[in-house]
Amino acid sequence: MFSLGKLVKKDAFFYRYITNVNKDLKIKPITKILIANRGEIACRVMRTAKSKGVKTVAVYSEADKNSLHVSMADESYLIGPAAAKESYLCGNKIIDVAKRSGAQAIHPGYGFLSENSDFADLCEREGIIFIGPPSDAIKAMGSKSASKDIMIKAGVPTIPGYHGEDQSMSVLKSEAAKIGYPVLIKAVMGGGGKGMRIVEREEDLEDGVESSKREATASFGDSRVLVEKYLVHPRHVEIQVFADRHGNCVHLFERDCSVQRRHQKIIEEAPAPHLSEELRKKMGDAAVAAAKAVGYVGAGTVEFILSADNSFFFMEMNTRLQVEHPITEMITKQDLVEWQLKVAESQTLPMEQEQLKIHGHSFEARIYAENPDSDFLPGTGKLAHLSTPTPSDTLRVETGVRQGDEVSVYYDPMIAKLVVWDQDREKALRYLRNALDEYHIIGLNTNISFLKRLSTHPSFMAGEVETGFIPIHRESLMAPQAPMSDDSLALAATSLLLKEITQQKSKEDPNSPWSSLGGFRINHNLKKQVKFNQKDNKVVVNVEFIGGGGAAANGKHNFKVTLDNGNVVEVLDAKLNQNNETISAHVNGRFYNNIKSVIVKDTLTIFNEGQQYQLDIPQDVKPKGADGVLGSLVSPMPGKITKVMVNVGDMVKKGQPILLMEAMKMEHTIRSPIDGKVESLPYNVNEIVEDKKTLAVIV
Amino acid sequence: MLKSISLLKNNQILLKNIINNGRIINNVGEKLSSKSLLKINYSSSTTDRTFNILDGTIDKNSAEYKDNLINMNSTLKQLKENIEKIKLGGGEKLNQKNISRGKLLVRERIEALIDVGSPFLEFSQLAGWGMYGKEEVAAGGIITGIGKIHGVECVIVANDSTVKGGTYFPITVKKHLRAQEIAQENNLPCIYLVDSGGANLPRQADVFPDRDHFGRIFFNQANMSAKRIPQIAVVMGSCTAGGAYVPAMADESVIVKGTGTIFLGGPPLVKAATGEIVTSEELGGADLHCRTSGVTDHYARDDAEAIAITRRIVSNLNRKKQPSPVITETEEPLYPTSELAGIVPSDLKKNFDIRKVIARLVDGSRFDEFKELYGTTLICGFARVHGMPVGIIANNGILFSESAVKGAHFIELCNQRGIPLVFLQNITGFMVGKTYESKGIAKDGAKMVMAVATAKVPKITMIIGGSFGAGNYGMCGRSYSPRFLYMWPNAKISVMGGEQAASVLAQIQKDNMAKENKQWSPEEENTFKKPISDKFEEEGSIYYSSARCWDDGVIDPQDSRKVIALSLSACMNQPINPPSDGFGVFRM
Repeated sequence: MFSLGKLVKKDAFFYRYITNVNKDLKIKPITKILIANRGEIACRVMRTAKSKGVKTVAVYSEADKNSLHVSMADESYLIGPAAAKESYLCGNKIIDVAKRSGAQAIHPGYGFLSENSDFADLCEREGIIFIGPPSDAIKAMGSKSASKDIMIKAGVPTIPGYHGEDQSMSVLKSEAAKIGYPVLIKAVMGGGGKGMRIVEREEDLEDGVESSKREATASFGDSRVLVEKYLVHPRHVEIQVFADRHGNCVHLFERDCSVQRRHQKIIEEAPAPHLSEELRKKMGDAAVAAAKAVGYVGAGTVEFILSADNSFFFMEMNTRLQVEHPITEMITKQDLVEWQLKVAESQTLPMEQEQLKIHGHSFEARIYAENPDSDFLPGTGKLAHLSTPTPSDTLRVETGVRQGDEVSVYYDPMIAKLVVWDQDREKALRYLRNALDEYHIIGLNTNISFLKRLSTHPSFMAGEVETGFIPIHRESLMAPQAPMSDDSLALAATSLLLKEITQQKSKEDPNSPWSSLGGFRINHNLKKQVKFNQKDNKVVVNVEFIGGGGAAANGKHNFKVTLDNGNVVEVLDAKLNQNNETISAHVNGRFYNNIKSVIVKDTLTIFNEGQQYQLDIPQDVKPKGADGVLGSLVSPMPGKITKVMVNVGDMVKKGQPILLMEAMKMEHTIRSPIDGKVESLPYNVNEIVEDKKTLAVIV
Repeated sequence: MLKSISLLKNNQILLKNIINNGRIINNVGEKLSSKSLLKINYSSSTTDRTFNILDGTIDKNSAEYKDNLINMNSTLKQLKENIEKIKLGGGEKLNQKNISRGKLLVRERIEALIDVGSPFLEFSQLAGWGMYGKEEVAAGGIITGIGKIHGVECVIVANDSTVKGGTYFPITVKKHLRAQEIAQENNLPCIYLVDSGGANLPRQADVFPDRDHFGRIFFNQANMSAKRIPQIAVVMGSCTAGGAYVPAMADESVIVKGTGTIFLGGPPLVKAATGEIVTSEELGGADLHCRTSGVTDHYARDDAEAIAITRRIVSNLNRKKQPSPVITETEEPLYPTSELAGIVPSDLKKNFDIRKVIARLVDGSRFDEFKELYGTTLICGFARVHGMPVGIIANNGILFSESAVKGAHFIELCNQRGIPLVFLQNITGFMVGKTYESKGIAKDGAKMVMAVATAKVPKITMIIGGSFGAGNYGMCGRSYSPRFLYMWPNAKISVMGGEQAASVLAQIQKDNMAKENKQWSPEEENTFKKPISDKFEEEGSIYYSSARCWDDGVIDPQDSRKVIALSLSACMNQPINPPSDGFGVFRM
């Protein structure tokens, strides 16, 4: 039983809400839940539910019919087309499914309806438990300006800023001037960095506000923005809080999520480095106060900006389970989804504040489909090859995708969260790096290599994190990849040949020497030229099948490889393993065990010594095709045209915006590469454009 | 508990039983002491798995082994140097000219045509070697062999236009026809990479008129096509006069723009005959034949595209290889094939145990010998090569009556069972002398020859030493149509040994002189014998034999297993139909 007496003894400020305890609440067991989400979080929630014997109901859009979360659930229901607006954001449809399937509760995950107070209300009206805070709390925290007022009243420190309803440009301008530049413009309803703009000078304010409003409208259907002081060397430290319906509220310590790109988190850790116990307690207490101030129930996160002088300001409260919740679970040894279920059943919190302890250190690296080399532009595509490090008690791979799945334009491009735990920060970081080495994805650009560079960066290793970490260290983080070693190239070339040899194994005649004696020649050795294109470089490798060719006993081949730098490398006892996706061989006296080498379409990808190299296999014979048109603008990714700013026939200057594209929920400005005349504009506003399509021709 | 499980793992059968009935592990497992488990292992380990393993051990430190190795290696070194020269075709200069015309060299064409890393079982590399005096016709001016295209084993016949303009010397015709014969016997699609000036005019009499001359190429194309063996022609150079029929008679044909031409009479002949002046391209180029005449079906802009199209054609042949014998997993021999070179003596008169060779050729060195104690100079038995069953017949000395009938009996067995035969030939001949003639060795030898000649299963012959006299017939020499016949570099082939022949002729000469009461000094006798034995030596050498396509190629002994395996597997494209009626197996 929960002991009130024990709590009352605690600091009265933090536990005064105990007076509000509703002792009449009955525990309502939940035996079936609906997860109104997709991807990794849907899978995450289901895992706990299943382990607790709770049946799970999934909903899915047409784009997700083959998704992992659908196959994991006990029951799954189609709720509409791919676009979230017509599926995952349709509260009514989800309520319908809940009723049809007999789910007593809905877990909203994060994103989508998780912070939609109308939906929380709707659930309540329909008699379904919304696994989240009361709608009032969502409403209160959902509006940045309103929440700030509440925080000020509750004594929680906040950043100076304008949160007013008057959205006129003149008011925004004068308020920004009052706050002092640089300022940050944010969508009132926003989150996740959408609609966020930093404005350094007054003359840029108008542009920033307009663009922020446009994105805010697209993402949240609400154009209101707020203006805040932009802190220069800030850290993003957030506190996990948890409250039950009985008035108990605890915090589960902090997470440092300072390292961000595009204002979105990329790597998180708990506990925060270099944070004193005293400050930890201060921030934790403030977070509990913030939660209490809105009568919070369930899992929530209070985000603070922590400045170098240890002063911290309330940023916002996320009224949901956060993406990065697993690191808190790792260091507290708690299952937060289980806590959520208990709270939803009107049980009391499983633990009291003083029972919660920090154990070791945990990191989460978010693996995104994006291209760090082109400003982290989100990408889409098929996960043609996917293999992960082996999960264990100290390593979690939180994902909603499998090999062969598609990262589509419709949803978030996050592929997975890699979560590791070890006794201290140094060990945990080393663990993370090794685990990243084992994370292999082919088919689309990912940030894995970037995460590796990040996690080996001296400043990051020293815990010198701040929100500006990536821009500050851009140069060293974007260091070009080391050139391929002779051994890696030799392994790539020989693995390609072995793959082609093994590929030709006949089904009718599986033991045929015509398959196993690959490369055999009479009285001479086969010499084969292997050609690759590595970015713009042509690489030519000469491979000689030693001993007339043909596999020796147990399918091993021997090669003499002459690289394009003239070096000669012997690759002996070469053999493909693991579905022909790895090669083992002795290369100049060094044994390489199961080096991954995978071909997707016409590209061979080899993972060796923590590096990933892509080698295009040139197709010697190609049917003639039309080449790209000179001066044409090509869509960088699939997306939607949101604005066309010129007309055919217009004269444009180099750098002038031609059109705006919305892709992966971000806005992209397509600019003219030259001074010239617009000759064609094949797309209109609201049209969906595929990758690498000509958007405009300027001559 | 774990201990008992690991013990159980020593015996797969037992393990399976236990796993099938999990309760046994759970309930009884702990009660079983390790002792009783071991006992069960022992009693259930009766197996014949090691029963048929040959002892292939040899003394690698013996002077003999080392000597043999040195001799074989120097012979091989010479051979491989010669092959390197042959691979250059018409030589560096002509190759460059070919390349400058945008053409691929013949071997590049083949490499591009076959699957990456496919084996290429090339035939008769030494064809034409030293046959035409100063005129060197490298590889007979034509490259032939079996390669895999989209998984389909195909016979490839490719002219080398750098060698005498790709014209057909008599040996070119012979090699071409032999490749077609291989295709026909083994049911293999034919790809002709045509780049030839047609018949070599100065030698037209040895190329044109006879049954097995130029015209036979098209006769074969027609008949193979009738047997549903695909005939694909790729015109990558000229196809003049008779040569025009290669693409014209093909099932499907490709032509390369700019270099490929087809016409019955070239521009000079046309001008001479009718006075018409016309370019080659107008007269028979790709545009004409693909757009107007319809002689060719596919238009390629260069060699690479032509080859890509050809590969697509093969992928649409709708062929499936369905080997009829029972094929098992491949097992490597227990002894390295590289040691073969040290086993065979360079002096063919010296004896060696053929089982040491067999132990290095067959899967797991397993050999189920037949009639081990009878007719011991001929070794017969069943084995597998790359999982394919074979009946091996190998000489281990001179052939006697007993060995001959044993061989005949064994051939009958293999023929009945549909098991291919592999002959390891090292034979000086049948035994001679009154005792043997009176026992009817001619009759017994005839039984073996009869069996060899009429056996319907694929036969592969490897001449690993001497191939003399009627022994050649009984051991499936060229006349007995083995599907493939190869020679080791040390092999010799002739009606009898050189010394022997010289002695026979000298004996006759001596007898004649004796009738005339003439004396013959040993010096005179030696002067008489020398040129005879020299001639036999020369004509018996592998260079002489292989130059004339008496065999399908000279191979490195250590490649024997691979070559036998590839050849056997190629044979499997033609279903083996064991005789369904007729006589049973005669015990002889």
